[in-house]
Amino acid sequence: MRTALFVTCLNDALFPRSGQAAVSLLRRLGVEVDFPSGQSCCGQMHWNTGYRAETARLARHFVDVFEGYDAVVVPSASCGGMPAEAYALAAESVGDAGLVRDVRALAPRVHELTTYLTDVLRVEDVGAYFPHRVTYHPTCHSLRAAPVGDRPYRLLRAVRGIDFVELPAQEECCGFGGTFSVKNPAVSGAMNGDKARHVLETGAAVLAAVDNSCLMNIGGRLARDGHGVRPMHLVEILARTPEDGPLPGLPVAATEANR
Amino acid sequence: MSRTFVGWPAFPEAAVAATSDEQLRANVTRATGTIRAKRARLVAERPDWEDLRDSAAALKNDVLAHLDSYLLQVEQKVTAAGGAVHWARDAAEANRIVTDLVRATGEREIVKVKSMLTEEIGLDNALEEVGISARETDLAAAIVQLGDDLPSHVVVPALHRNRAEIRDIFVREMGRHGRPAPEGLTDDPPQLAEAARLHMREKFLKAKVAVSGANFLVAETGTAVVVESEGNGRMCLTLADTLISLVGIEKIVPRWQDLEVFLQLLARNATGERMAPYTTTWTGVIPGDGPQTFHLVLVDNGRTRALADEVGRQALRCIRCGACMNICPVYERTGGQAYGSVYPGPIGAILNPLLKGPDDPQTASLPYASSLCGACNDVCPVRIRFTDVLLELRHQVAEGDAKVKHPAEKAALRAVGAVMDHPAAWNAAVRAAGKAGPLVPKNRLPGPLGGWTDSRRTPDIPKESFRAWWKRTEGGSR
Amino acid sequence: MTSARDEILARIRAATADLPADPVEIPRSYLPHAPGIELHDREAVLALFAERLEEYGATVHRAGTADLASALAAALPAGRVVVPEGFPAAWLREWTGEAVPDHPPLPHAELDSLDAVLTTCAAGVADSGTLVLDAGPGQGRRAATLLPDLHVCVVRATQVVSSIPEVMARLDPRRPLTWISGPSATADIEMIRVPGVHGPRRLTVLLVADSS
Repeated sequence: MRTALFVTCLNDALFPRSGQAAVSLLRRLGVEVDFPSGQSCCGQMHWNTGYRAETARLARHFVDVFEGYDAVVVPSASCGGMPAEAYALAAESVGDAGLVRDVRALAPRVHELTTYLTDVLRVEDVGAYFPHRVTYHPTCHSLRAAPVGDRPYRLLRAVRGIDFVELPAQEECCGFGGTFSVKNPAVSGAMNGDKARHVLETGAAVLAAVDNSCLMNIGGRLARDGHGVRPMHLVEILARTPEDGPLPGLPVAATEANR
Repeated sequence: MSRTFVGWPAFPEAAVAATSDEQLRANVTRATGTIRAKRARLVAERPDWEDLRDSAAALKNDVLAHLDSYLLQVEQKVTAAGGAVHWARDAAEANRIVTDLVRATGEREIVKVKSMLTEEIGLDNALEEVGISARETDLAAAIVQLGDDLPSHVVVPALHRNRAEIRDIFVREMGRHGRPAPEGLTDDPPQLAEAARLHMREKFLKAKVAVSGANFLVAETGTAVVVESEGNGRMCLTLADTLISLVGIEKIVPRWQDLEVFLQLLARNATGERMAPYTTTWTGVIPGDGPQTFHLVLVDNGRTRALADEVGRQALRCIRCGACMNICPVYERTGGQAYGSVYPGPIGAILNPLLKGPDDPQTASLPYASSLCGACNDVCPVRIRFTDVLLELRHQVAEGDAKVKHPAEKAALRAVGAVMDHPAAWNAAVRAAGKAGPLVPKNRLPGPLGGWTDSRRTPDIPKESFRAWWKRTEGGSR
Repeated sequence: MTSARDEILARIRAATADLPADPVEIPRSYLPHAPGIELHDREAVLALFAERLEEYGATVHRAGTADLASALAAALPAGRVVVPEGFPAAWLREWTGEAVPDHPPLPHAELDSLDAVLTTCAAGVADSGTLVLDAGPGQGRRAATLLPDLHVCVVRATQVVSSIPEVMARLDPRRPLTWISGPSATADIEMIRVPGVHGPRRLTVLLVADSS
């Protein structure tokens, strides 16, 4: 069983800690994970902006890098959904039947991380410890493109010490939308402002999600407004163990402190 | 002349003004929040909701696949029942047909039932040019018309107005067009509705000609259907001597029995009611009951263009319930006018480019007026996959035949793509990002990325990328 | 010159040339009857019909055939009421107001000045709380049920079906149909439902038990 980590370009350059947490968590659960260094980007930015030929090029590249693996784990619902959602269509639009065949063969082996944990490894309690107040934003792609359902909630609720609070209006988009946030900054900013306000209403010290792109968006707003809420990929919470203790710099949840 | 969307700015610009209008945002948020909650409750009541959606989507697909024969069936049935059928290729032709029909009656003031199609083709202004005043009778449409405003929603065109604004419009304008608003009118909604009743009643009793749209047209029987709440529709459809109904060619349902699907979906999804208070169905002319002259105008105006788009044609399944705009987080922040069309929200973002072609900057900006969150897909009663169509239209702008192009964006994304599929180049780029990290401004990015930093800080760029860490630690084992 | 009709039909044929000629298969898995109701349980159907109409703001009275005349007398105003041809005269024997006939057809202004309209109906739908009028005997033409401000409608229990799919087959689309689900209403101001705009602001339904 050869398992690869597709870390995603955003995590690679901007959020390496999420990739490191994924490696450490998967190892702890007995998965020997490989990082093929030829990997780059899933092509979502191109796809969502209408550039299908470019998407097809990146799909071919993705297939070349990952086709030898039995499983490809992706710490992103957004990027993890691309092979199944978009690659065949992109390949069809450039008339590349071989690529259509190849991506159809590979796509079922590409798993968003939380789905890989609950459905392939069949674990919900991953032995994590995180004694802080956490709220969770279900990203649009985790609701619809690579639907993860209640898996992240099940994983979070099994974390020891956690003080989990529901995010108000959680299913509403944060306004990121990739190039949407650049092409429509006014609307995107207004959506994000409301999302950040809801995060603050929870009193959480940590905002978790399965997509760092959305966390970068909401976190950017919270940081600009001077709020200390820390955006963290869900895997960074799941990777922490009782031996690690509380995360330095974060208030320990009242429920845990009083024990 | 009343205002139109002609010359409207592209969506991003229009949205800047809309999102900074606090009153507008409060009004739209309150209205969409109310309707979402009502809809959710009523939809949850139906264990077969998904089955109804499946049937509705399939029925509309059947209509679109055989639209020519269904239209001919309608024509035959309506004619046999004493109605006259007209065909209009575009807005100008439809306006000309209606204008000629009204002129032939000699009437100067006519009444209208709210119809998106007549808004789409600009019928009111066409009639006004020949000296005919067409008065809207639906409360919301009348609020828009009296206030010389533009609609912002397909079901509730004045959704962007609150009660205080509506009161001011009534007090200021009603007297100029007929019976003035009652003395001492407050902004209490029942009082406002009463003022509309009094103002409109004298128009209904006088009017000899009425113009309507139709929600559905049954091919099997030639029956037209209007669903409404207030009774203004019934007034127009039954009190006038002459009724002219303009209907988009996609409004057909195949058989009488098929209405059971749409009548169960429409009100629940549109206004969160089990049924709208009134549904009127009629077939041609009914001797001794209602208008004794009936004209049906079948309008194309870009629908055949949309029909030719293999991905986009699903937009013609739309039954104008407005649920996609009620759920849309973009619409919630901008209201409907920012879309520069009588069709706003997700359906507007796809329907306008499909009907008109994404060939001018305003229309071409609409497929991008979405974060692709997909909430609209979930609520559509005819299962339109809005995100699929948005992506297809973006593709037409980016790489297809659309006349509006984004050369700088294309070059940038192609350059990024070229780096991404060459491992050495990509490795170098990620390494360079780490080195450049401290140099990236936190509060203001240059160029087209500037909008990002209007409301956000950029993230810190770590010194060591994931791939550098993997290499240095041999996969974290050191 | 090509007519608009021919040109539109030609455009349609060109636009749909890629689609198969066969009819699209229509799934019909939705419920034929109202959810949550045992179909043979007539009392449940009638109770749901009354409940749904009341939720819209209509007034519903239940009566037996024996006490219908007194129930009507209580529901109708003492003034002038338009009563269409074919409405059973026996049902009016206890009412003391003036029944105004609509033949020859009353002018609209006259209809507008009357105190109420009294009709029967073609069918009732429990699930949606709907009355359907088809201008048949006792129902009159459409203007008559529209202009007076109070509509009193007699519904026989046998006319009430549980759902919209059930009622479709009972109706004749060649007749002018008015489906009434509660009194006139609007949600155009801040999406808040306000009863009463142009149609009758008050709707009273007399639901008459099946005679056994």
